[in-house]
Amino acid sequence: MSLKEIKSKFPIFKSNKKLIYLDTANSAQKPKVVADVMDDFYRNKYSNIGRGVYSLAGIATEAYEQSRLTIKKFVNGIEGEIIFTKNSTESINLVANCFSKFLKEGDEILLSEAEHHSNYVPWHFLRKNKVNIKFIPLNADGELDINKINSLVTNKTKIISIIHISNVTGHTSPIKKIIEVAKLKKIPVCIDGTQGVGHVNVNLKELDCDFYAFSSHKMYGPAGVGLLYMKNKWLDQFDPFLGGGGMIQNVDLKNITYASGVSKFEAGTMPSAEVVALKEAVQFIDQLKIKNIINHEQNLTNYALDKLSKINNIEFVGTPSLKSSLFSFNIKGIHSHDVSTVFDQDHIAVRAGHHCCQILHKKMNIVSSIRVSFGIYNNQQDVDALCDSVKKCKKLFKLN
Amino acid sequence: MDLKELYQDLILDHGKKPRNFGKCNSANHDAKGHNPLCGDNIHVYLNLDNNKKVKDISFEGSGCAISVASSSIMTEIVKGKSEKESRELLNSFFKMIKEGDEIKKVGLTEDEHIKFSSLAGVGRFPMRVKCATLSWHTLRAALDNEKKPINSEIID
Repeated sequence: MSLKEIKSKFPIFKSNKKLIYLDTANSAQKPKVVADVMDDFYRNKYSNIGRGVYSLAGIATEAYEQSRLTIKKFVNGIEGEIIFTKNSTESINLVANCFSKFLKEGDEILLSEAEHHSNYVPWHFLRKNKVNIKFIPLNADGELDINKINSLVTNKTKIISIIHISNVTGHTSPIKKIIEVAKLKKIPVCIDGTQGVGHVNVNLKELDCDFYAFSSHKMYGPAGVGLLYMKNKWLDQFDPFLGGGGMIQNVDLKNITYASGVSKFEAGTMPSAEVVALKEAVQFIDQLKIKNIINHEQNLTNYALDKLSKINNIEFVGTPSLKSSLFSFNIKGIHSHDVSTVFDQDHIAVRAGHHCCQILHKKMNIVSSIRVSFGIYNNQQDVDALCDSVKKCKKLFKLN
Repeated sequence: MDLKELYQDLILDHGKKPRNFGKCNSANHDAKGHNPLCGDNIHVYLNLDNNKKVKDISFEGSGCAISVASSSIMTEIVKGKSEKESRELLNSFFKMIKEGDEIKKVGLTEDEHIKFSSLAGVGRFPMRVKCATLSWHTLRAALDNEKKPINSEIID
């Protein structure tokens, strides 16, 4: 499929002809097929899943479970299961909450300074149990200082939870190395893969982490669905996260027994149409082939970095060597929100602010930044327009 | 929507070189304001004398050009006004930004009127209204002796 053809699959660019969407890391736009399948599901196939014994309920349940299998295959999660949640945030909250029963006073959790708030706040909650949180530091380039890991991992370290790809710098964390160190000490590892799936190759069998959290809406699927890959052994060891319908085996006045497997973690009515449509998004990515996506997004990132670095007063937030499909910067002397307003006049959508990463921004001695993130629908003209708008911004603010 | 309307020279100037910046001496009222969405922070200090007049006012904090300029202009206009006048001014400000009302000249010098009105353009950029209103909400909190920091995300 040519680039032009790919873009034509996304209706948003038909109804917003001038839109230059550089905010895929925030949420990806949806291909028509995803919207169509959701529409078809609600119009023609809808009933709640896992409840009724009538045919329609059977069809809906089958479609929902097929989506789970497709995703599992897509990330090669054969040593575990895929649990559906609300979003990546809920996926990590589930892990932190369920894991807390294994923690006692003085135990340690290892994170990094690059974490999105969603991979810090859920662990912060556990501080009330007097557990300590340690952070792998970032160096000036915005890379995880992996040499520190051996001194940070102690006999008290009970779990490590690390961002796969930074949602600010685009840095790819050395997760293989971290998992290798953790394995030697039998420490489980959780990976926040929110910016990973759909932009890099994710092979969970090979990666061998215990948990991998990701999100449907960042990979061209509907919003409202998060995913959590969990290795099989934890399915039994964890108690349920949320209680309600669908997660029980038997309930009486005194005792309750829980469902087994993934059902134990999917309480209440699930967003079935969204889950079913997510399968289409996965197939869409699969059809394009992840290696082509990586190639396309890397080329665009390199093109943008090269072009922007030729403009005076551009300050990048970190300059990591391993970069994914996003990066952040500031125009020296202009606040990111002012920049974003100028961009908006040129129909350019970027994220401005701290991107839910206040620790990283503080480490870099800045309050906020502009983030540019690419998806499969972007092209070089988008980058050219961005650079023109940067120049316009500088002129308006009387900068050289 | 013209960007020049939003980023007038006056606003750019106050954004770059804010007036009354820092903690003023003898402040007997103060309040903090915060916009968690964009990370803007402001601390307004003021001295209300025995005649309920704003003898001095200043601010500290960080934010975008709109936010800093709005704070800076606010301190210039409110300085020397009575508490009652200050409260009327802040209500006029919200009416100007949110409802597009023009600022009356009564009680303002020509210079004050120009400065005040220069912020009117923000009203045409709904996503930026909170940047401009944070300092004024915080002024009200300082006059009210409100101890809890103002959160402009919740108010507006």
